[in-house]
Amino acid sequence: MDLYEYQAKDIFAAHGVPVLPGAVASTPEEAQAAAEKIGGQVVVKSQVKTGGRGKAGGVKLAENPAEAKEKAEAILGLDIKGHITRRVLVTEASDISEEYYFSFLLDRANRTFLAMASAEGGVEIEQLAVERPDALARVAIDPLEGVDKAKALDILTQGKFPEAVKDEAADVVVKLWETFVAEDATLVEINPLVRDPQDKIVALDGKVTLDGNADFRHPAHEELVDKEAEDPLEAKAKAKDLNYVKLDGQVGIIGNGAGLVMSTLDVVAYAGENHGGVKPANFLDIGGGASAEVMAAGLDVILGDPDVKSVFVNVFGGITACDAVANGIVEALKILGDDATKPLVVRLDGNNVEEGRRILNDANHPLVTQVDTMDNAADKAAELAAGA
Amino acid sequence: MSIFLDSSSKVIVQGITGSEGTKHATKMIAAGTNIVGGVNARKAGQTVTIAEKELSVFGSVGEAMKETGADVSVIFVPPKFAKDAVIEAIDAEIPLAVVITEGIPVHDAAYFWAHAKSKGNKTRIIGPNCPGIISPSQSNAGIIPANITGPGKIGLVSKSGTLTYQMMYELRDIGFSTCVGIGGDPIIGTTHIDALEAFQADPETDVIVMIGEIGGDAEERAAEYIKANVTKPVVGYVAGFTAPEGKTMGHAGAIVSGSAGTAQAKKEALEASGVKVGKTPTETADLARELYKAL
Repeated sequence: MDLYEYQAKDIFAAHGVPVLPGAVASTPEEAQAAAEKIGGQVVVKSQVKTGGRGKAGGVKLAENPAEAKEKAEAILGLDIKGHITRRVLVTEASDISEEYYFSFLLDRANRTFLAMASAEGGVEIEQLAVERPDALARVAIDPLEGVDKAKALDILTQGKFPEAVKDEAADVVVKLWETFVAEDATLVEINPLVRDPQDKIVALDGKVTLDGNADFRHPAHEELVDKEAEDPLEAKAKAKDLNYVKLDGQVGIIGNGAGLVMSTLDVVAYAGENHGGVKPANFLDIGGGASAEVMAAGLDVILGDPDVKSVFVNVFGGITACDAVANGIVEALKILGDDATKPLVVRLDGNNVEEGRRILNDANHPLVTQVDTMDNAADKAAELAAGA
Repeated sequence: MSIFLDSSSKVIVQGITGSEGTKHATKMIAAGTNIVGGVNARKAGQTVTIAEKELSVFGSVGEAMKETGADVSVIFVPPKFAKDAVIEAIDAEIPLAVVITEGIPVHDAAYFWAHAKSKGNKTRIIGPNCPGIISPSQSNAGIIPANITGPGKIGLVSKSGTLTYQMMYELRDIGFSTCVGIGGDPIIGTTHIDALEAFQADPETDVIVMIGEIGGDAEERAAEYIKANVTKPVVGYVAGFTAPEGKTMGHAGAIVSGSAGTAQAKKEALEASGVKVGKTPTETADLARELYKAL
């Protein structure tokens, strides 16, 4: 889960990483009140989970609370790369002497963690990495050893941080590492990390990604989920413990296993090329079990998507036998009754497939068409969606 | 022959007394796996009867190895306790640890991988979040259904469980030396490259099929490795061409960030190394069959 800047800064502050005082606001009046409380110049910043906010007009300086209200009015509702601003962060304005970059992240290729540091922060880091790779230090972190002050100083030296701030910045880096570990983050990034005229080090921005697998040891992370911003179908699926992602096509997809479902999306997209360009409407992995209840819950979510014109159920009977899956489909259609209105193309293969196909044939449900292979079934589902 | 697992493998199950452990131990035994015991510190000294086989429950992996000569552990321990279970297996220096558990925090996986490395990588780790490994008719360590296909000359390495099963089914007319499900998490033990190296060296493997998916750059690195080191024919498949940027598709590792990790980039890298890449699982199986028949 990616966090908003204000959430990231709350987490930073809780672990002693220095941030400027600020408050989040969802109305211009709240922004004004926050500016009054902070006093003096403030910066009003759009809270969206994407980069390039400054260029899009999502970050503005305000001289006084009345101006903060005006700026907030302009920024709230602003669309930045498809993300609508629903909140702004009002924060103390800072005098900046220098801007640096620092992050800890997961290094998949080396199966460990990585620190990235540069004395040339405040710019797009991807761009810096390509154009001036020498300016961006990449230092592997051993998870067994972590980051102490000596290691932090070593990273900052490699990132060419100026001597005058290294000691203080190293303390911040150690705290940032503690944040990374304690919160089970896969990314903590500060860009820019700034030096003010008094040589104080402050995190002016913050990006944090949390590992959902670690939620069991972080009950507080649940509160960071932005329920308002969730797609309503995704929220419904989540409430039923389904692994669902809404896409923008017309063919609803249900399958078992993440890889097979991803593959199903691709095969449907290829088939759609011959049927007016129809595309998959969603990703939905019902897992290995594929019981009637789970199948019904999955179908319920997919049939609730008004864009869906046909549904492709693609199941390989591995651990679960196909007869159980077929019974699940029949039961699910019974549970849904008149709510099931879209044609279903079902492809079963694998364990006990003959029995599974027989069950569906016997049920003879008017909405269900069986097709033997994945490719042909995708074609049929695309055809039905295009013709609807 | 086969890779990593064969008929002489002696297998223990960590978490044998849990419901998943018991269920799959039963299936593994039915598939001919030589299961020699289980581990659960709280039930040490007890026995469990699984598939009419009486198995001892040991207090630790080390004790189980000493008493039974076990050389493979299959781990079904829940995510909360998985890190400690894997570290225990590493400390006991068991040659192969297959981590089935889904949902292990990535910090825990990074930690146990670093621990394995610091101990000289004496334990090969497969997974986490994987279906395990099967050498058909010899041994099955994990949850891959054993009745899909029999032994043959194809080697399969895959990030995805159900795509592994699908491919085994598609190529059941030829059969497999070994199928390895390496898992879809961001940090995994055994990689595509490790399996490719072993299949290249395995005299019973003639054609290699590798299945990848979006996220990371493992497929790109595998492509480089193939170009330099693999002389056997390799067929590839990549899932996730239609996955949008920034959305996680089920596997914690299956996420496209920026221009990195796309299916298209992986396909191009593989093809540049002479790997034939199928558009669908069926087409991939057809390519593998053609190459096999041309040998």
